[in-house]
Amino acid sequence: MSAAILKHGEIVADRWQPIAADARAAHIADAIAAGGPLLLPLPLWLERRAELEPQRAGVLLVAEDGLDAVLPWLDDIPLIAIHFPVFTDGRGYSLARLLRNRHGYHGELRAVGDVLRDQLYFLHRCGFDAFAMRADQAVEEARAAFADYSWAPLGGRGEGHGMSHNERVE
Amino acid sequence: MYRYNETDQRLVDDRVVQFRDQVARFLDGRLAEDEFRPLRLQNGLYIQRHAPMLRVAIPYGTLAAYQLRKLADIARRYDRGYGHFTTRSNIQFNWVRLEETPDILAELATVQMHAIQTSGNCIRNITTDQFAGVAADELFDPRPYCEIVRQWSTLAPEFLFLPRKFKIAIAGGEEDRAAVRFHDIGARARVAEDGRIGFQVFVGGGLGRTPMVGQCLKDFLPREELLNYFEAILRVYNRYGRRDNKYKARIKILVKDLTLDGFGKEVEDEWAWSRGGPGVIAEQTFDDMAAFFTRSDLPPADAADPVYVAALASNRAFARWVERNVAGHRDPGRAIVTLSLKKSGSPPGDATAEQMDGVAELAERFGAGEIRVSHEQNLVLPHVARRDLPALWEGARALGLATPNIGLLTDVVCCPGGDFCSLANARSIPVAAAVQQRFEDLDYQFDIGPLELNMSGCVNACGHHHIGHIGILGVDKNNEEYYQVTIGGREGSRAAIGKVIGPAFAAQQIPYVIQRLLEVYLALRHEGELFIDAVERLGLEPFKTRVYGGGA
Repeated sequence: MSAAILKHGEIVADRWQPIAADARAAHIADAIAAGGPLLLPLPLWLERRAELEPQRAGVLLVAEDGLDAVLPWLDDIPLIAIHFPVFTDGRGYSLARLLRNRHGYHGELRAVGDVLRDQLYFLHRCGFDAFAMRADQAVEEARAAFADYSWAPLGGRGEGHGMSHNERVE
Repeated sequence: MYRYNETDQRLVDDRVVQFRDQVARFLDGRLAEDEFRPLRLQNGLYIQRHAPMLRVAIPYGTLAAYQLRKLADIARRYDRGYGHFTTRSNIQFNWVRLEETPDILAELATVQMHAIQTSGNCIRNITTDQFAGVAADELFDPRPYCEIVRQWSTLAPEFLFLPRKFKIAIAGGEEDRAAVRFHDIGARARVAEDGRIGFQVFVGGGLGRTPMVGQCLKDFLPREELLNYFEAILRVYNRYGRRDNKYKARIKILVKDLTLDGFGKEVEDEWAWSRGGPGVIAEQTFDDMAAFFTRSDLPPADAADPVYVAALASNRAFARWVERNVAGHRDPGRAIVTLSLKKSGSPPGDATAEQMDGVAELAERFGAGEIRVSHEQNLVLPHVARRDLPALWEGARALGLATPNIGLLTDVVCCPGGDFCSLANARSIPVAAAVQQRFEDLDYQFDIGPLELNMSGCVNACGHHHIGHIGILGVDKNNEEYYQVTIGGREGSRAAIGKVIGPAFAAQQIPYVIQRLLEVYLALRHEGELFIDAVERLGLEPFKTRVYGGGA
């Protein structure tokens, strides 16, 4: 896994160690014993999170995951990653909007998987603040995507869509 | 008409820059074909049989004269001198070059136009009644609401990658002229007993492969909740709509799978959270939007203007045109004129650059500079003083746009079909031409009366064949083009989907089949009964018997 991610528009090293859903039990046990920080698929996170410091247990959601299981812990979760199986699967955008706007999640919200340059602006607008881009993407070039529009869409992150044009512009 | 503010303008300008960069990256290989495809589609660009096709958005079918002139200019400079108006009241250019599309979009941006979300799995162009704002039966003007929804849905970041395309229509009339029950979301104007303004909301309608009539999800939605509620519907669809099979990905399938009640519960749950929140539309916004569409600049006009009355009495051709192509305006001194793009011999919905320029000029001289595109693929001048009708008629005749056939058999609704579209199974334009030629006789058409003939070249149903009183669908049988015929489809409050009369026909049989259907109608109709009403009363049998000779 690439060690560099885009976070708040900057290229930074990723300190989170991802654990695959089908990782061997011994591998998981070692990683947990080392104390993380670990990014765990939802089932694993539910099962093992108590063994880690809350600040060292991130959770990875896939597009079909519901949010109910994580909602009680939102205040403590430092990282939620949402996986995009293909970039044209828009479910993650709604999950992000729900987490940010409806449920008030304030931690890191990271897009992972088939994350490409031309979607960054809109992902960011839905509340993602970190991006682990697909390995072939030119990350340095992709930073420009956050300035694709000088305009801010209605109903974006944290905004109402009250139609006042002044509110639309950041 | 709505005028872009700085924010709107910046959006389309930024979009041009973004797309220019995407095209450049595609052409030099940095952007893969599969990754470019959804991006170009969301800019209206298809790769077609002969050349790329660019579909330009005409929001709720409203154009200013200067915008139509720009479309003519683009047709001349970047295409082969014409464009095709579609059933979503957009315009398509069929012969553009990929490399030039950023330039075309830049040209469009200079007149507050774009091609954003005219294709792709996102919220498409909002449509409405072509008589919006001028129809006598209107509860209220739907266009301010269309504009509010347009702004909200344009690049709505959450909804750019839906399971499938998503179409919204909003209508303001007693009579539904926007086919709201054949849209993913359809909203009809409602005024509650206490005077509150709102909408009746239908969901899950649509044509295409699995035609369905939309069901009523909300009997009365207060207008200030319009966006909160639409967003709730879209979010439920975005999360739970099927993505494994594109033929089952429209919202109608989700509504069917969850049942209307089940789907409604999900929507209510979403809406319960957003209701009354920051997404509520402010009263001031409605007033501001409505001001854009109010025409207080029109001078008074006389309903019994002597020039008009004399022309009606003395000129039969003019009177005929008035009878078919002129509709009542809410101001009796004015009229709504439909310019027919259905002249026999030219493809339905096509207009040449000269015609577009000519219509722009007529609109400026006689129609307050405003043009509408109807979903029946004609152009409408909504504000013509009755005294100007004779002069307008002459002008329209000179342009070949005065065929008095609106709502009649030869006013064929038709997609570009296999001549252009790579999705089509069959050609539709030559069949439409054969029908128009066969039934050109106006006396015969007037005798038959209102009849909607709709034709699609494939099941995607761009020609809306399911809702034609007579519908024709091109199908492929062993690599040969055949045409399936349905009857009994209709839009409006008695919306219905046409039923197939039997086995499909070869292209050359179609005019003959229609002839037979009409013979049954002429023989069995009651005094003043429309074709579609006769079909409803009589059922399929007599028509089938006549067409298939009693066997089928």
